[in-house]
Amino acid sequence: MLETQTKRSGWSWWYLLFVIQVAVALWPPFYNRIEPTLMGIPFFYWFQLLWVIVSAFFTAIVYFATSD
Amino acid sequence: MQEVNWIALGIFVVLFGFISWLGFAAAHWRKGDLDQLHEWGLGGRRFGTLITWFLVGGDIYTAYTFIAVPALAFGAGAVAFFAVPYTIIIYPLLFLAFRRLWYVCHKHGYITAGDFVRGRFGNRWLALAVTVTGIVATMPYIALQLVGIQVVIGALGISGTGFAADLPLLIAFVVLAAFTYSSGLRAPASIAVVKDILIYATALTAIVVIPMQLGGFGKIFAAVPAQKLLLAVPGPNTTGSYSGYATLALGSAMALFLYPHSVTGILSASSGHAIRRNAAMLPGYTLMLGLLALLGFFVIGAGVDKLPEYAGGFKQFGNNFAVPALLLHSFPSWFVGIAFAAIGIGALVPAAIMSIAAANLYTRNIHREFINKNPTDKQESQMAKLVSLIVKVGALVFILFVPTQYAIQLQLLGGIWIIQTLPPVMFGAYTRWFNSWALLAGWAVGTFAGTAMAVATKLTPTFPLVIGNHSFPGYTAVYTVILNLAVAVLLTPLFNSMSSNRTDETVAADYHDKVY
Repeated sequence: MLETQTKRSGWSWWYLLFVIQVAVALWPPFYNRIEPTLMGIPFFYWFQLLWVIVSAFFTAIVYFATSD
Repeated sequence: MQEVNWIALGIFVVLFGFISWLGFAAAHWRKGDLDQLHEWGLGGRRFGTLITWFLVGGDIYTAYTFIAVPALAFGAGAVAFFAVPYTIIIYPLLFLAFRRLWYVCHKHGYITAGDFVRGRFGNRWLALAVTVTGIVATMPYIALQLVGIQVVIGALGISGTGFAADLPLLIAFVVLAAFTYSSGLRAPASIAVVKDILIYATALTAIVVIPMQLGGFGKIFAAVPAQKLLLAVPGPNTTGSYSGYATLALGSAMALFLYPHSVTGILSASSGHAIRRNAAMLPGYTLMLGLLALLGFFVIGAGVDKLPEYAGGFKQFGNNFAVPALLLHSFPSWFVGIAFAAIGIGALVPAAIMSIAAANLYTRNIHREFINKNPTDKQESQMAKLVSLIVKVGALVFILFVPTQYAIQLQLLGGIWIIQTLPPVMFGAYTRWFNSWALLAGWAVGTFAGTAMAVATKLTPTFPLVIGNHSFPGYTAVYTVILNLAVAVLLTPLFNSMSSNRTDETVAADYHDKVY
């Protein structure tokens, strides 16, 4: 039981996905440009919207890969 | 102003009537004894994954958000999109830290963040600081929801002078107060479902139909002035708009789940798994918010702000009128009625949750702690119901008699204040290392410095921090919570050496799932 508890409360490498998700979202130089556009939408906008979807996938992956 | 739009008004009133009925009927939903505070104020902690999704979504994505974010895009351009990275990074926080908070609160029957801090650190003054900050930060937030209702009522063409002008808002508020009083958190939880169906229908329709009317996204963005399309590239020796954008997103994210209404939404979930699942499902709302932000550009593309029939609305409500004007311009009346009802109901849901959250805080962490130490269950829930009324009346009086600008500025200050509770609440969910008096000192320093910095920048969110000859403009909340933490870290060993009193009624195993 003790062993399980240590595992449960500790760090999981899957959390690295969260680090990527947050780091990209907080780095405007990465996405602050117009080209390439998508259906006429500048990169700045469609990339951040796409990143929402990617982030949701990341969170889902972490959800299934880790337990409480 | 334009004339009364009767069809839209009729649909608006019918939908409002429906959710009012729903609010009262909700008392019988997953029935519990509403004379107990956790039943009235947390819905008996009975909400599964889906209802939690609607409830927390209703918390975060409020009517004011739907009005103000596109309004900012319309007025200031790209910077408004900070709402997207902001709502991307809240979910890892929810997944990791606030799930722990759910477990420990469930285990010990905590109803508020103040309850948790009291139990974790055994210091009622620290709990009081968290409580008062929560209540004070919530009040202007409720007032802003009323601004959302005011704008759509004005856009329906209803105008008047004196008492008559405020009558629709008063009616909406009496209904809100009555069903919150009688049904507690079950009311906004059930209404949130209706609200979201309406909001999603509105947002998806707008995002598809309006670009078609305007000849595609390319044309819309071509109409947007170049300096609004992107963030300004920083000059030498400054991180400029980049650090402003990133810290606004980061600070708003760190503050979000500290707000009492967010805590209430989280704690009403029936399991920790529901919280974790929601962290993956809630970005659905982020996507919608991002799409709604684009409506600000549609306003520019359609040139709605230049049309004479909406000049009065822009004059009265400023840029907040942008989205209602766009909807009026682009859609038939019946759809406008649905869309405006979505915004109006979208104001009632968070306003109800916020007033319940503030009432829970007062009842548990001020009244019970300092005034009546041994209330019966019934006394406790009665007190909370009463306070929820007082809080709402306060917000109403505020919005009727004080210029809207003050509510917006107070809400900005509220964000700076609420983030100061991060060390005891969020870090407290991980560690008991901090000395509670050191946390209190950090909170005081952070609150004072944040307020002073906000005043120094004439109540704008970003502070131009200068180190050497480099300037780092950033969200005041982020800078001051770092200061707060530094004070708490430095003072902890000092205070610990003066006193060895370290109580903690929680243990490590309380913070995650039971091991069977």
